[in-house]
Amino acid sequence: MNERVIPAPSVDAESQPFYEAANQGRFLIRRCRACLRAHWHPRSLCPFCFGETEWSEASGEGEIYSYSVMRRTEPPYAIAYVKLAEGPTILTNIVATPFDAIAVGKPVRLVLAPTDGAGPPVPCFQIVG
Amino acid sequence: MNGQAYIVGAYEHPTRKAPDKTVAQLHAESAAGALADAGLTKRDVDGYFCAGDAPGMGPLSMADYMGLRLTHFDSTDVGGCSYIAHVAHASQAIAAGKCNVALITLAGRPRTEGHSGVIPRPAVAAVPETTWEAPFGAVTTNMYAMVAMRHMYEFGTTPEQLAWVKVAASHHAQHNPNAMLREVVTVVDVVTSPMIADPLHRLDCCVVSDGGGALIVAKPEIARSLHRPRVWVRGRGEALKGTAGGDVDLTWSAARISGPAAFAEAGVKPTDIKYASIYDSFTITVLMQIEDLGFCEKGEGGRFVADGNLISGVGRLPFNTDGGGLCNNHPANRGGITKVIEAVRQARGEAHPAVQVKNADLVLATGIGGLLGGRHGSATLILERE
Repeated sequence: MNERVIPAPSVDAESQPFYEAANQGRFLIRRCRACLRAHWHPRSLCPFCFGETEWSEASGEGEIYSYSVMRRTEPPYAIAYVKLAEGPTILTNIVATPFDAIAVGKPVRLVLAPTDGAGPPVPCFQIVG
Repeated sequence: MNGQAYIVGAYEHPTRKAPDKTVAQLHAESAAGALADAGLTKRDVDGYFCAGDAPGMGPLSMADYMGLRLTHFDSTDVGGCSYIAHVAHASQAIAAGKCNVALITLAGRPRTEGHSGVIPRPAVAAVPETTWEAPFGAVTTNMYAMVAMRHMYEFGTTPEQLAWVKVAASHHAQHNPNAMLREVVTVVDVVTSPMIADPLHRLDCCVVSDGGGALIVAKPEIARSLHRPRVWVRGRGEALKGTAGGDVDLTWSAARISGPAAFAEAGVKPTDIKYASIYDSFTITVLMQIEDLGFCEKGEGGRFVADGNLISGVGRLPFNTDGGGLCNNHPANRGGITKVIEAVRQARGEAHPAVQVKNADLVLATGIGGLLGGRHGSATLILERE
């Protein structure tokens, strides 16, 4: 399947440790030291309680909350919201999966997908099984 | 309480393609049209409201270009619903004595310039979500499509039910000589049109048009001096919704907050509303707002919009009798101002006779700006003819 080239993310001070870990094959999310809730996207102050947050390795397991296949671009691609096992829902792409196999509720697993040029990998997902 | 501020002027620019005009010119021509409609002149304007479609920094360039002398201004930008919020802000400013006559303008040329909802907007690195979202190709169409997909999963909503929103809009647009699409379409036409972003077809999406519009909001003493039907701002609501730290729930929109706030301020119920302008960037946008405003129960939107229930003279909730964004006009890729304009026409009894709702003395205009499946704003107005 001809897959879309994913543009490289613009790395900033808050995201740099995430992408360094991704380059080593690890998927980090951020969790609050005060209220202990995980959130997405990562930020230094908790969006729920404004407590200080820290990196935490995630399992990479989740399920599709919603998705849409963009048919008007060449190649087409599948955007999705995936609900992680740790709780937060993440905007992502479903990759390495035939479009007609994608459905709401299906279990998915993390794929750290390469991006354009020398960009770091970004968290995408594929259908399990 | 009756009548802190009145919408005394409303004008929709007739152009739908303007390669030979500038965006600033379209703003000014729209402003002139609204002032003429009100029976006021530019010298009467002392408040100005605009959003991100206005070229320049906030109101600075457009206020200077039009030669406005202002005591109050506001460039709140929450996307396509900004102008609905501007009416609320203008009425508040007038009630507070900050200005007497407020001008609100919108204009743009996305059709000429080739902007549409399948092209990413320029990513700005300092925007905090950019690094986390830009790689994944989030564009307008697919960020509304995911809402429709989840609605279908949760509530059994069908593509055919969504299509009824477009069918109703097309029934109205046939009477609007300025509408971009005047052909009446069927449910089959919609669901057999090319898929853009599953489950939204081409005919589930609004038009891309050049154009503009303007509104004039004035204090009661001025409204009473003008020889126009008087439409006052009776209820106002505004809200924002985002991705909530990852606690994403696509089954509701910010209209769930802005709608009840407007109804509470107005002291009326959804069943009291005679006509509703409901921002129709996509068919799903209308369905979501109808539920969130309380015109039907959550999840019942598909059944509510089916079988012509939104068609004037046929259904229980006549909507977007100008043809809306789906058929008439979506200038600057922002439909908020045209929603207020048609609501004012209905309240005045000045809509096309074929679609004019009888005794439309209490009307509603509501909109969603930004991305329904991501960060968006909502603004709701309830207007009453005095």
